[in-house]
Amino acid sequence: MTGHDLDPTLLRLLGSVEPEIGCEECFAQLDRYVELELAGAPADALVPGLRAHLVGCPACAEEHESLRALLELDSTS
Amino acid sequence: MSALAAVPTGVEEWHLDLQAQGARRDEAVARLHGLLLRAARFEVFRRRGSLPQLSAFELDELAEEAAGDAAISVLRRLGDFRGESSFRTWAYKFALLEASVKVRRRAWRDREITLEPEHWEGLAHAGPGPDDDAENAALLDAVRDGIRTALTPRQRQVLVSAVLEAVPIDVLAERLGSNRNALYKVLHDARRRLREHVAAAGFPEVSE
Repeated sequence: MTGHDLDPTLLRLLGSVEPEIGCEECFAQLDRYVELELAGAPADALVPGLRAHLVGCPACAEEHESLRALLELDSTS
Repeated sequence: MSALAAVPTGVEEWHLDLQAQGARRDEAVARLHGLLLRAARFEVFRRRGSLPQLSAFELDELAEEAAGDAAISVLRRLGDFRGESSFRTWAYKFALLEASVKVRRRAWRDREITLEPEHWEGLAHAGPGPDDDAENAALLDAVRDGIRTALTPRQRQVLVSAVLEAVPIDVLAERLGSNRNALYKVLHDARRRLREHVAAAGFPEVSE
């Protein structure tokens, strides 16, 4: 068994070993991160710790998904 | 709920007028509100499945309220905008935050949150199923033991509520008189302590 084989509930309980930022820093960086993602830039390298936070924080993950989706909608309207 | 208006064009310079005076500022604030309302409606519409009891009118009221609160935040924090994204993207995130928090809080408003640690005993049912092998059973025992012995009462309460009961972190923060950032720090520390306990119990892979 490896850490990657764990049951999803156990994964959520144990969290990621990757360094991660907190909710406030995630909010501060979210606009830049999403624009980098949509531009095809290496967002995870340029904003370290944000991806790991999204994995561990469902609320911030929702807001990330929404901002990305809204910008994608804008780009098509 | 009314349809989302098309995104305004030419939005990348007008925001400078938010710091002007008189009619120029009033016009810029009106444009800002329109932008924020678009984002708030977008978010409330996306999450409407969690609020089946609300009418379209009530959902739109929620979006209006979120847009108003977001406008206050944006105007208060204009100095934080460094141009690392477009102003539109920067402003959107305030409206999405306000709307998503309001939706989550409304969805949980009448739901009881059992802030009792006994619920983690239910973890026995979170494993792969009745065919658990001995290793899985031992891992679950280590996790249960870690929740029981390695965490502070506060860490146990936050971990069980946020993960096993799926209580949104901002809802939990409101109930506990805390804030989202502080509570996530508690959750982060709880996970780290639990990993250390489980690793020491013979499962070093959880810390790799």
